[in-house]
Amino acid sequence: MSEDYTTHEYDVVIIGAGGAGLRAAIEATRAGASVAVICKSMLGKAHTVMAEGGAAAALANKDPRDSWQTHFRDTMKGGKYLNDWRMAEIHAKESPDRIRELEQWGAIFDRTPDGLTNQRNFGGHTYPRLAHIGDATGLELIRTLQERGIHTGMEVFMEYTVRHLFKTDGRLSGCFAYNRVDGSLHVFKAKTTVLATGGITRCWAVCSGSWEYTGEGHALAYWVGAEMGDMEFVQFHPTGMIWPPSVRGILVTEGVRGEGGMLTNSEGERFMFNYVPEMYRDEFADTKDEAMDWVNSIVADETPTARRPPELLTRDVVAKAINSEKEAGRASKHGGAYLNISWRPEEQVKKKLPGMYHQFKELAAVDITKEPMEVGPTAHYVMGGVKVNPITQESTIPGLYAAGEVATGLHGANRLGGNSLSDLLTFGKLAGQYAAEAAAGVEDFADIDAIEIERVVEETLAPLSREGGENPAKVVEDLRNMMQEKVGIIRQGHQLLEALDDLEAFRKREEVTSPGGTRIYNPGWHQALEIGAMIDISKMCALAALAREESRGGHTRLDFPTPNHKHWGKINSVIVLNTAGDMELSHVKYPPITDNLKELLDADDLHEEEE
Amino acid sequence: MTDDVTFRVFRGEPDEEGVPTGEMVDYTVEMDEGMVVLDVIHRIQAEHAPDLSCRWNCKAGKCGSCSAEVNGKSRLMCMTRMEDIMEETPENTPVVVKPMQAFPLTKDLVSDVQWAYDLNKTIPPLKGPDEMDWKFDQIEADRVQEFRSCIECMLCVNTCHVMREHQLFDEFAGPRFFVRLANLEMHPMDEENRLEMIKDDYGIGYCNITRCCTDVCPAGINITDNAIIPLKERLVTEYYDPIAMIAKKIGLR
Ligand SMILES: Cc1cc2nc3c(=O)[nH]c(=O)nc-3n(C[C@H](O)[C@H](O)[C@H](O)COP(=O)(O)OP(=O)(O)OC[C@H]3O[C@@H](n4cnc5c(N)ncnc54)[C@H](O)[C@@H]3O)c2cc1C
Ligand code: SF4
Ligand code: SF4
Ligand code: FES
Repeated sequence: MSEDYTTHEYDVVIIGAGGAGLRAAIEATRAGASVAVICKSMLGKAHTVMAEGGAAAALANKDPRDSWQTHFRDTMKGGKYLNDWRMAEIHAKESPDRIRELEQWGAIFDRTPDGLTNQRNFGGHTYPRLAHIGDATGLELIRTLQERGIHTGMEVFMEYTVRHLFKTDGRLSGCFAYNRVDGSLHVFKAKTTVLATGGITRCWAVCSGSWEYTGEGHALAYWVGAEMGDMEFVQFHPTGMIWPPSVRGILVTEGVRGEGGMLTNSEGERFMFNYVPEMYRDEFADTKDEAMDWVNSIVADETPTARRPPELLTRDVVAKAINSEKEAGRASKHGGAYLNISWRPEEQVKKKLPGMYHQFKELAAVDITKEPMEVGPTAHYVMGGVKVNPITQESTIPGLYAAGEVATGLHGANRLGGNSLSDLLTFGKLAGQYAAEAAAGVEDFADIDAIEIERVVEETLAPLSREGGENPAKVVEDLRNMMQEKVGIIRQGHQLLEALDDLEAFRKREEVTSPGGTRIYNPGWHQALEIGAMIDISKMCALAALAREESRGGHTRLDFPTPNHKHWGKINSVIVLNTAGDMELSHVKYPPITDNLKELLDADDLHEEEE
Repeated sequence: MTDDVTFRVFRGEPDEEGVPTGEMVDYTVEMDEGMVVLDVIHRIQAEHAPDLSCRWNCKAGKCGSCSAEVNGKSRLMCMTRMEDIMEETPENTPVVVKPMQAFPLTKDLVSDVQWAYDLNKTIPPLKGPDEMDWKFDQIEADRVQEFRSCIECMLCVNTCHVMREHQLFDEFAGPRFFVRLANLEMHPMDEENRLEMIKDDYGIGYCNITRCCTDVCPAGINITDNAIIPLKERLVTEYYDPIAMIAKKIGLR
């Protein structure tokens, strides 16, 4: 072996230090496990820090009518019934405690007049449900977990990237990582491993994600043989910034609409009234006056009797509406829609949405207390990911657990805003708990195949010795543009087929990029190593999207524009790497929902008559 | 607006003794409307120097990763608009970008901020009641929410002369951590007392209220007036107020 690497041993290795990873770490250390947390950026900087609007939990502080049952029903409805109902149940029941526990650890959410955790309205949630602190909820969440975590004895390896997972006799036995700062190489042996690596949205040109969202976590699980579910479902958030070009994609929180923000087109029309889908028609206002009544109650801190404004429909609906207005030639100046909150008093806007005020002022020179924002869809969240046991969060590979955005199940075909932060807490905790429990039952660290290590080391260092190839940044840029065009918000069969071909061409380009430079903090090298994951992730998305010949939630086909409840409405896609080394797609059903939970759902939505 | 802009960027690494060694390198790229400094750095990476190191994540002033010194001022690269930079930069001179100078260098624009993580661990965490349902008013929340908006960018620490000129990293916790300590001390449910540490271990006495930290805080936290001065006042009451001292001695607190 020519290259040195350092070997570490921990009962539980957690890959990722966002909300899910940190919550898992706290739980695993509590159970007495030795824990390593590995993350690509510094502690406290993971994506979770960017979350704005809030964390959904049926605390019923703001509206006593709320309950876990309603939260369960909203989550299933928002997910167009492709959710794993078992996870939706656990999530709805346990998230209130997860939020309260955060307060116990020092988090300070905004208060109600009675001194309780305040809750805000969000799309698809029947009642005000999102615990928040202004529009910086993610910061509060990650900082609280971080401050709690550092006193638990977990060891943090920051600015390390995991590139490979090892299996020994069919069970996960460890991972390989390189240190981004000094280029050193590391093998972590683990009795159990938790993937908490977040999402993949960097595969699209317009996205709300950071450089971290290249989908390596998803790819790691896929490469080691885990089942990947629902990869066609990517959430395009309706409101990203669209102007100036350099900020394109940066998120504008749904909280703006929760606080009364109105969407209009170039003709000044409040177009969302024209896009209320049948399944939501009873719950949304059909006149401006009724919508205004609702907003007035919210502003006055009263329980509304009116139905909510159509701006608060689920994200898939609003994103597609903005897209349709654009197609019809009614886009805003720079190709999106106008979002206006300036009708509310300046002080209230600044108090409730300080981050948005700041963001538009600094980045777009727009004062949102005086003028409308311009917004358009941005790739935001992936519902698909590693398939897990709904209780233990173990994947189909023994010893490998997954939680947070990298896992799938809870959100079905479309995630409700605010359900991710509560997902991280609920399932992060369970993953940490069960991973620690399982680790306690494993006696020794398994041996890892030396030849496999050698191969991974070689692959990791290869880009540095290549010369005369492309700058990896160029390949990534082209890949993201291709995905935006062909596997974007509106999809078509022939474009998806083209995308699959294009991806093979990207693979060839990926093999010969030459970033230059050394092993010391070299972003070009890091990027060269990430492209392989981006290609496989993009391929999973295109493949699953091609098969699903209907439109549902985060997946819209121009050639199959309506939902097919009878067939597609009841099955979920699964992708695995088969023994021949190919990507294999199939479809499965979750076990039938129990009667007591089924009663909570809207009977009309279930389309059982068609079976 | 598609003008060219020239950036003069520090490229280098520490030598064996840890002394930053390198050079200022000029790069010229095209600039589009609405760009921020970080966009220009990314363009330099994409077109000229893939191995140019810098940190970033959110590109929206929320994560505190992209701290650097632009034209000699401590700023977040992602929230600094090129329009403003061009206005302040004299014509035909390059925009100068360096890493934070108070911290040890890692490479190029990346600083080694491990100090902050180590120090943070020494601060006694929140100690609150065990039951989960807490009640406190927005007024109480407001007092500490300001402190909780800190994004740990370390620009304040980079600017403070106690750190920058005197390098008192071992004796002085620096503005970021006084913000954190104030947050804990004023937390409505906290029962811990950290005042002695604030005086002895964290050396708040070194701060002579110059307010340079407050001036650069991208989160707009009034560090000096709302965090440091109240902590100093509490110390005065605790340690120099004769009645409080006697009360403390006979165990009346
Ligand atoms: C701008 C924005 C606003 C949002 N607002 C909300 C909101 O208001 N409410 C809500 O519920 N949701 C919101 N979301 C979604 C939510 O924030 C994310 O889904 C969630 O934070 C993901 O958390 P996570 O713990 O799964 O992963 P992350 O927080 O993304 O953390 C992933 C971690 O994994 C590490 N990692 C990844 N790959 C590797 C690797 N190969 N090796 C080592 N480490 C690795 C990363 O470094 C990081 O530490 C928002 C998202 C965005 C982008
Ligand atoms: S006010 Fe105190 S902490 Fe802030 S810069 Fe001045 S001396 Fe440093
Ligand atoms: S107090 Fe302000 S300047 Fe200092 S680290 Fe926090 S956000 Fe940055
Ligand atoms: S990149 Fe997050 S603050 Fe600049």
